[in-house]
Amino acid sequence: MKLKPDKKIDIREILKNLENYTPRRYGWIWREKIPEQKIGIHTYFETSKPLKKSIPLPASRQMNYIDPQPDCIVTVEIASGRFEDDIRRMRMAAWHGADHMMVIRTLGQSHFDGLIEGTPEGVGGIPITRKQIRATRKALDLIEDEVGRPINFHSYVSGIAGPEIAVLFAEEGVNGAHQDPQYNILYRNINPVRSFVDAAVAKRIMASVDMLQIDGAHNANATAKYGFKVMPELFVQHAINSLFSLKIGMRKDLIALSTVPPDASPWPSLRLDIPYAVALRRVFKGFRFRAQMNTKYIESDTREATVNHTLNALISRLTSVDIQSTITPDEGRNVPWHYNSINAINTAKQTLIASDGIKKVLKIRENGYMKKKVRELIERAVLFLEEIIEIGGYFKALEEGFFVDSGMYPERVGDGIKRPIDEGDEAGTVVKREEDYLAPVCHHFGYNNLPEGIEKPCDLIDGCTLCKREKIVYIDELDPTDNVNIRLKEQEKYEKEGLFRPEVQWKNDGIILLSMFIPIDSEKAPYAAEEIAKRLGLKNVEVVHEQVLHPAEGSYIEIKGEVPFFIKESEIKVKERIKPLSDEVIREKVKEFGGIKCVAATLGEDEHNVGLKEIIDIKHEGIEKWGFKVIYLGTSVPPKKVIDAAIEVGAKVVLASTTVTHGNVHRINLKKLNQIAIEKGVRDKLLIIGGGTQLSDEIKDECGIDAAFGRGTKGVEVASFIIRKFLERDKY
Amino acid sequence: MHRKDDYEKRREHLKNMDEEELIKYFWKLTEKIVDPLVELARTHTSPSIERSVLLRMGFSSIEAKKIVERMVKENLLGHGAGRIVLLYSELSKRDYLRAGKELSEGIGWDKITKYYRRRYETKARQKN
Repeated sequence: MKLKPDKKIDIREILKNLENYTPRRYGWIWREKIPEQKIGIHTYFETSKPLKKSIPLPASRQMNYIDPQPDCIVTVEIASGRFEDDIRRMRMAAWHGADHMMVIRTLGQSHFDGLIEGTPEGVGGIPITRKQIRATRKALDLIEDEVGRPINFHSYVSGIAGPEIAVLFAEEGVNGAHQDPQYNILYRNINPVRSFVDAAVAKRIMASVDMLQIDGAHNANATAKYGFKVMPELFVQHAINSLFSLKIGMRKDLIALSTVPPDASPWPSLRLDIPYAVALRRVFKGFRFRAQMNTKYIESDTREATVNHTLNALISRLTSVDIQSTITPDEGRNVPWHYNSINAINTAKQTLIASDGIKKVLKIRENGYMKKKVRELIERAVLFLEEIIEIGGYFKALEEGFFVDSGMYPERVGDGIKRPIDEGDEAGTVVKREEDYLAPVCHHFGYNNLPEGIEKPCDLIDGCTLCKREKIVYIDELDPTDNVNIRLKEQEKYEKEGLFRPEVQWKNDGIILLSMFIPIDSEKAPYAAEEIAKRLGLKNVEVVHEQVLHPAEGSYIEIKGEVPFFIKESEIKVKERIKPLSDEVIREKVKEFGGIKCVAATLGEDEHNVGLKEIIDIKHEGIEKWGFKVIYLGTSVPPKKVIDAAIEVGAKVVLASTTVTHGNVHRINLKKLNQIAIEKGVRDKLLIIGGGTQLSDEIKDECGIDAAFGRGTKGVEVASFIIRKFLERDKY
Repeated sequence: MHRKDDYEKRREHLKNMDEEELIKYFWKLTEKIVDPLVELARTHTSPSIERSVLLRMGFSSIEAKKIVERMVKENLLGHGAGRIVLLYSELSKRDYLRAGKELSEGIGWDKITKYYRRRYETKARQKN
């Protein structure tokens, strides 16, 4: 099975024969870094092997469509709740440069005692099951072949079924996972003892397949009252999980700190966050850095979020980054939408590439304020650790509410999260291993009373699933009412008829976003927007963002709603658009053809020259930009005069504009243009191009001209058309 | 707990360390906190850990759940699910996969509890 760029990924194909699927590899893969690489006209210092297929940033149109890929991994978080829709988004994300697909788990899976099976729908993420992750990994194999770069698949080894999920992930080729017992304790209120005991076994299993681990410290930032005050504690949380992991047997270079610039503007966030980023990288040398974007200060304004995230990625470049994670700019208003996932990836790519090699021009100071701040942060963290030991260790500190206190340690406000050792979900479920404790399986952490002479624990059972894959028990579906087959069946009726609706999250969810300026009192503006959306026929309308531009003059509103109808794809009429050539190619070819000479005029009794000017003028991105020589004959020029002028100046292209259409005057004049050129014996030496709001290919054929450009045509399309024609025929 | 920022006072003993010493000290302290946690994990187990063992042995998640539930009920979790399944396989002279399946269906537990009762009794006698 191979993906084709012009075909949608077929989920039914993915689901076929899934019970026999084997992951093609295990473990984490970094990008192939290239220390110095010429891409286009510039040399880059922090990029990686280019992609086979990708969609470059919009401005690349003026740079020959280059798409340099940063040297670090780029993460996208995907949380639609349906794996079949997640997969489609992953494909789009990969085309924009993401190679770390982080699948969020459904609400409540942390408290699920055991594995979930089948393909039930989730809320804010998918229920992690063997079938869902197997199908996703299989789809990612195809996607990585399509884009030409390995893709890491990632989810969460947390909750009260951590060890089992670790086994599942190890068996199914999941490449990375969040694992941090402190996250369970602080934010999921899972019993502290249970969390650490489970974590050890889970981590050893993850290590057995070189899975990359990301910790959960960044959550302290999101939960804290003030971002900057939690910095000393973040060192402590990172350290506890990192050292615990090392001691369990993880490789240091596969332990990643999840670190986020804690602050945002209007605080002087760069000055606050850069010393923190530097201090962290000094204390945790040798570990990996997963730079996350800030979520704490995200509001409903996607523009504001994007600026913060840009600055976050800039800090990554100024310090160091192994994995640049992305947060969608709409996280402050809803579950991430398709295109916002892509926007987030592009924010990271744009910033990382813009700041490629920035250390060659900028250096972070090592003295003065920087030195003092770096030192202070490390010292505060050290003092935190000292006090944990002083009061009797980690569990005691938890009980006393040491963590996520609003004070900047050693300051204490007294609002920290308190987690007593004998409380929380699954308290009292951990037991001491008896003297005859036995686990006849590989990569099992802890005391294990194996019989003497046994080299490999699973020799006792003739192989465990980590050594003998065929022993894995694959369960297909358990719930006949909630599974992918039912969801696909629902879509079938639309697919059969070729119907579709716009979507943001799930196939055919029908959701669109409207943006508008409402010129009334700010209090009334959102209600007015709702009324407008309803009158437009949208269902389930909801204002997702409002920004007062002035209390009396008006507000900017974004409102979402559901389109109540489907559209038939086959009924969509498409005017074939000219595929634009790059700036360089056009310029080069115009030069090669000796600076293509054109005459331009509006025909007959037509004074409308705005459109024509836009096609010609350099300041409107018209064809002069690439070196075309345009002789503008003026407005209301008779067809005969146009052809005569073309012969006289030796022009090879005629650009004739007609806007007025009454009495079919546009058709008549264009026909005349063609006839006169034939009569004068120059037709095959002239490229005759018509332009005007009402023109179509039908008119082109009827009038015998070479092209007819309608409403919305850009100079680049006309230029590209001319160049292509010149390349086809050498007689012009 | 309320406490004003007394960083300047508290840092007195750190003041004269250079950065390398300070970072070394940071990790030494972390080790003191982490070591007891590692030891706790080394010597203890949980229902999820035992289910993870059963999964690795080739049982389904459904079977694993049932076996571990019963182990908790019978106070047998500390022996490890692997021990219990292999013990029953030996006692019942069945292949271990079939033995585990039976256990997941509630069959054979009396044999295991009887075995351990005897073991404890023997041990108790030896002690006396």
